[in-house]
Amino acid sequence: MATTTLEPRSGTIRRSWVIEWLTTVDHKKIGVLYIVNSFLFFFAAGILALVIRSELAVPGMQFLDHDTYNQAFTMHGTIMLFLFIIPALSGFANYIVPLQLGAPDMAFPRINALSFWLLPLGGILIFSGYLFGGAAAEGWTGYSPLTADRFSPGVGTDLWIIGLALVGTASILGAVNSITTIFKMRAPGMTLFRMPIFVWTVLVTAVLILLATPVLTAGLIALFIDRNYGGSFFDPSVGGNPILWQHIFWFFGHPEVYIVILPAMGVVSEVLPVFSRKPLFGYKAFVFATIAIGLLSFSVWAHHMFTTGAVFLPFFSFMTALIAIPTGIKMFNWLGTLYRGKLMLTTAMLFALGFIAMFLIGGISGVMLASPPIDFHVQDTYFVVAHLHYVFFGGSVFGVFAATYYWFPKMSGRKLNEPLGKVHFWIHFIGFNLAFFPMHQLGLSGMPRRIADYSPDAGWTVLNLASTVGAFMIAVSIIPFLINVVASLINGEPAGDDPWEGNTLEWATTSPPPPYNFDRLPPIHSERPLFFLTHGHGHAVARDEDLDETHEAQA
Amino acid sequence: MTAGAAEIRPAGDDHLVETHQTGMPTVMVGMLLFIASEVMFFGGLFATYFNARASVAPEPWEPPPGGELDMALAGVLTAILISSSFTMQFGVWAIRRGDTGKLKMWTGITLVLGLLFLAGQLYDYSQLGFGIADGIFGTVFYTLTGFHGAHVFGGAVGLTIILARAMQGQFSGRNHVAVEAVSIYWHFVDVVWIAVFSTIYLLR
Repeated sequence: MATTTLEPRSGTIRRSWVIEWLTTVDHKKIGVLYIVNSFLFFFAAGILALVIRSELAVPGMQFLDHDTYNQAFTMHGTIMLFLFIIPALSGFANYIVPLQLGAPDMAFPRINALSFWLLPLGGILIFSGYLFGGAAAEGWTGYSPLTADRFSPGVGTDLWIIGLALVGTASILGAVNSITTIFKMRAPGMTLFRMPIFVWTVLVTAVLILLATPVLTAGLIALFIDRNYGGSFFDPSVGGNPILWQHIFWFFGHPEVYIVILPAMGVVSEVLPVFSRKPLFGYKAFVFATIAIGLLSFSVWAHHMFTTGAVFLPFFSFMTALIAIPTGIKMFNWLGTLYRGKLMLTTAMLFALGFIAMFLIGGISGVMLASPPIDFHVQDTYFVVAHLHYVFFGGSVFGVFAATYYWFPKMSGRKLNEPLGKVHFWIHFIGFNLAFFPMHQLGLSGMPRRIADYSPDAGWTVLNLASTVGAFMIAVSIIPFLINVVASLINGEPAGDDPWEGNTLEWATTSPPPPYNFDRLPPIHSERPLFFLTHGHGHAVARDEDLDETHEAQA
Repeated sequence: MTAGAAEIRPAGDDHLVETHQTGMPTVMVGMLLFIASEVMFFGGLFATYFNARASVAPEPWEPPPGGELDMALAGVLTAILISSSFTMQFGVWAIRRGDTGKLKMWTGITLVLGLLFLAGQLYDYSQLGFGIADGIFGTVFYTLTGFHGAHVFGGAVGLTIILARAMQGQFSGRNHVAVEAVSIYWHFVDVVWIAVFSTIYLLR
């Protein structure tokens, strides 16, 4: 009767948690799967980094042969980029974006599950080269003609190609899902210019993935055809062109740099305002700077190819230098947010501040490399290795850890331990700089990247040893992090709905949120709906621009 | 249904998400974005084609010795595929009017035309006299036409699903977003063929 008709007829059945996690289409569980999977690959690729640094600690071949060394740095780069940084940030996007939009889930929950499950499959395929006569060993950039079948006959390279194509497909499907979610699933009142900055960065990132990754897929297919079916795309002896690979790879590869950094910038732009107790300084400027970086990223790929002599140097140099402008705007956004803020130096905040400082160094060395005379001098040296680690590790990975400390309470319902987190941060931060800052000097003094050995007379020994010590410090810093995660999950301080007094909607629901995300949504009149909910009542303090936006929305 | 210890919204409720939406249906947004990525994928393949031609120049751009492109057959196949776009659209217009009978008819015809195209392409491959390993011309020819063919096959799978669902009476004048999505994809595959045909056969 009445009671039975009111009962929700959802057709639910109970099943074990294993089946539940393996078959889930809930964006939050998939997000957690993404993050856990990414950290597992991070540890695997991190061990490879320690192997590389141990070999380089002192001159002479310690315990690897050259081929094993080549496999180690290739797998390290490939796994770190494609199976750690990108998926880790995708995982946070998966978990957080629907919550920040006030949506119940992603637009396509089952495609979401598919795009996650392709990742471990692709990653295992890439790694499985070790079981079949050696993994790919051509560097993560896979330059032709080194990847041709006669120079790299092993099946490891083919597995690398297939794995990357799968991971790329996963990214593309995820990007379709993110963009559709952002355009179709926003809560009432959540106009585009009230979206949290993290959502904006995820949106631009998804557009870059959508348009850049398929080009890499095309290149990987061409390479696979060359290797296995006698094709001649990259074989100059029968009319092919090895430089074509570099064009295709970097047409993807440079937007990829922003795919990796933009969501991390988004994380920092969420963390800084909350722990400065201020709104983000220059919200719209930040949004347009993000869009500008996205647009420019498609016109700079050949700055990776200055020394080929096959590209128009002034154009690509100029376009690359232009990217410093929107990036500089963001620096002003962040510094303006900090200025006269009431700073709370939580671990998440420390990682966000670390991001700003380290990314600034990486950005400056980036502008230096955009200048052809400098680039010609340091091409393929450790200067480039230093630059890319300051951007990827000092930038993106610091962003990943900021996100972890910031959103862990929302995901688990428990806060991470702050003193232990600070121990993690400081060992990590010092170790990072010890590992990578000396590489600038090594590069300037001529040490080429991807070498397994160097002469004791080269004068590189001390800096290499310092770098190796730094790498092991980073590894040590992960121990308090892992202890922290496990201990906090078991017995952490309960977080409550809104432990940080956040601005955005994910803090308006329980921690962790229910499967349907929200029982009710606060009114959304600004990009900080939760702030105005908790601090705005009783005062008629609506700012002029809020009123304007309300009128626009009503118009 | 994926609910259990941790209660989850049943997957069958997905359509409810759309009910308060205005503008383009969510599925169509997703399909258009997917097609955008496909455009970039073929863009990459076309880049390899033009790069190859530029690399070969000033040598003439022609099939390897003993091989010849069959312009007449390719022309017929082009006509078949372009017609199939029209028949597809007739089907879409039919279901917009709620005419499920015409939808089945036009979808069936489109599917047959698509399969005819694939069969013709396979026959063409067997008659060309050169293979993918015969120099850069063979490589880019088979890669471009082959990946287009794979997309036609994917479209044919989509049409088969549409046809099967139409047979079960799952579409109506108000509820046929899957038909629209597959039709958009089919038109896209058709446009790609026009580009492939123009590039390989006309731009000699």
